[in-house]
Amino acid sequence: MEQPILLKGGTLVDPSQGFNQPCDLLLEEGKVKELAPFLDVSEDYAETIDVSGKFVVPGFVDLHVHLREPGEEAKETIADGVAAAVAGGITSVCCMPNTAPPVDNALVVNFIKEKSQQAGLAHVYPLGTLTRGRRGEEMSDYASLLEAGVKAFTDDGSYVDNSSLMYNILQYQTQFETVAISHCEDSKLSGEGVAHEGYYAHMLGLAGMPAVAEVAAVSRDILLAQATGGRVHIAHVSCAESVECIRWAKERGVQVTAEVAPHHLLLTEAALEGFDPMAKMKPPLRTEEDRQALWQGLREGVIDAIATDHAPHSRDVKDLTFTEAAFGVSSLDFVVSLLLNELVQSGNISLDELVKYFSCRPAEILGLPAGTLQKGAVADIAVIDISQVRVVDPTQFYSRGHNTPFAGKTLQGKPIMTFVEGELKMKNGKVLKYNE
Amino acid sequence: MPRHLLGLQHWETRHIEEVMERSFFFSRFRERKLDNLRGRLVAALFFEPSTRTKFSFEVAARWLSADFYNFPVELSSVVKGETLLDTIQTLKSMGLNALIIRHSHSGLLEWLKDRVDISLINAGDGAHEHPTQALLDLFTIKNNFTSLQDLQVVMVGDIKYSRVVRSSIKGLLEMGARVKLVGPPTLLPESFREKGVEISWDLEGALPEADVVYLLRLQKERQQNGLLPSLKEYTRLYGLTENRLSLLKSGSMVMHPGPMNVGVEITSKALEKLDGDPPPGITVSIQRQVESGIIVRAALLDFLMRGDR
Repeated sequence: MEQPILLKGGTLVDPSQGFNQPCDLLLEEGKVKELAPFLDVSEDYAETIDVSGKFVVPGFVDLHVHLREPGEEAKETIADGVAAAVAGGITSVCCMPNTAPPVDNALVVNFIKEKSQQAGLAHVYPLGTLTRGRRGEEMSDYASLLEAGVKAFTDDGSYVDNSSLMYNILQYQTQFETVAISHCEDSKLSGEGVAHEGYYAHMLGLAGMPAVAEVAAVSRDILLAQATGGRVHIAHVSCAESVECIRWAKERGVQVTAEVAPHHLLLTEAALEGFDPMAKMKPPLRTEEDRQALWQGLREGVIDAIATDHAPHSRDVKDLTFTEAAFGVSSLDFVVSLLLNELVQSGNISLDELVKYFSCRPAEILGLPAGTLQKGAVADIAVIDISQVRVVDPTQFYSRGHNTPFAGKTLQGKPIMTFVEGELKMKNGKVLKYNE
Repeated sequence: MPRHLLGLQHWETRHIEEVMERSFFFSRFRERKLDNLRGRLVAALFFEPSTRTKFSFEVAARWLSADFYNFPVELSSVVKGETLLDTIQTLKSMGLNALIIRHSHSGLLEWLKDRVDISLINAGDGAHEHPTQALLDLFTIKNNFTSLQDLQVVMVGDIKYSRVVRSSIKGLLEMGARVKLVGPPTLLPESFREKGVEISWDLEGALPEADVVYLLRLQKERQQNGLLPSLKEYTRLYGLTENRLSLLKSGSMVMHPGPMNVGVEITSKALEKLDGDPPPGITVSIQRQVESGIIVRAALLDFLMRGDR
């Protein structure tokens, strides 16, 4: 049996218990055994780790991650993806089912679970497809996927264009404890677009995707959820009007939750200047007003959670002209630093809020055993040093995807330790027991 | 001294003026061959069909005694960015000094500039820029009016997908002209207001005050993509018709970058009238631009490759 660990002298920030105070934690058998402002434990009994001056928080939970395996191992593998996660203080990831083959049957679920166990780093929750083969034509076999351990369903990357099918899906799923995660994009409206239809796309001569391509899709799914009593979670909300739609729905008791990606909180379409393909993602970077509305939506609880939409790509599909380059950004390795930096630099977010949006709430949305460090909880923990400074250097990523518009940026605040089930998995940026 | 011409949006005004001055200078020596670029190798890499622009560059380069290589894109496998890089590296190792590129991807040259060590000239990238067309238009206007100060330039048509407009606006505004863009709402993004130009859906309201009317070529696919009900309706609302010619004021100039869609942006009757019996005081500049194109492109090649270095 592993020796218990005592985290001593740190400040526990855990909104699930309303904590932001000095607190020692004793980790034993993968759980939080005890916590108190001062725990007197003999050094023979537990290994004591001094975390004075540091923040101890529940490990971060990422609802939206592309691990690419099976099928696109040149972009990412489960092993490298979870290494990137724990390197960044993230202890649970939900992986998207748009793999090859897609996650529409228990075999693929089991494959992912097996690979995750072999990696032995972060918890991996495979999501299943909403429709068989992600073709948008018929429902997946939800019951067997749920039995295999799937928590939620999504055709992420594609919208279920067929409104009748989506109506049936939401109605059918009311019998289960699950949620349909919707990639809201009217594909006809977004068309061949590569950037937000706005000033920058117009000046650069890039094909646009208007914001209404998202808003129309969000509206439909909200109305379908209202009509059926089903549960829908809106992935990667990117514009102000979507926030308004979700607000409208929540006020009426529609079962809707929503997430926002860090790049949409931190960047705007202005990043397109110079045609940087790293600034190409779906949904696209939008306007400053949209960005402000996303922050406001988050603070007001209209948007529930932050999720990365970690979308690693290999060089051969990303280092191309803006029109040719693949959509997506790689985020897991440094995203917590990115958000901590925002906390330090702009005060847009407090540490309590960051933990709430990126750990507690995502765990609640999918009912995951995470997002809290109350007594008896799973000991998934990130230890944060707010004073440490790092430079985003993609060549040092654990992720195979080096595609980020934040490369070269100096960030203050860094996770320095990650524990998963009470076991130290990362220390000072180095992932322990990582098999390359 | 700039090394590339990727677009005019990021070029300094003094560089535009420098090319203008050089163009006027070169125009005096059009009848004899010049030595300025002897020993330099210039290549054209055109991924979209073009006769006039490509040939214009070739004549310009040869006029200055440069060697000119026309890369046969249609015979090669150069399609994606990466193979394009290989091709350029190969040309570079053969002694290439400047590369003229036309491609359907906006921003292709911006992407290339950090990846190859060679002078790049944009001959049209997607809907982004077509700076040499804009430079020659500026030259033509300057030739006709001497100064652009306070001239009212009205550009008509498919603004949204026009690479010429994005290049022209910068040069026109910097040189003191006022610009009004006219076209149907589906082809005329409001964003252009932020550049300091007016936008309007009313051609007949814009014509009487215009010193320059610049007609843009309408791609027929705009109608196929559902942005217009029909070409006929386009002509009805935004075409230069015989009746509308009478709205033009004396001293104004009608321009078209060519090739024209006769019967779409201009009716055949209006064109006949402009060609044969233009209203008094109206100048037509369609053919003249071809000669200007050679002069301006020569001045540009000289500016980028010889410069004052």
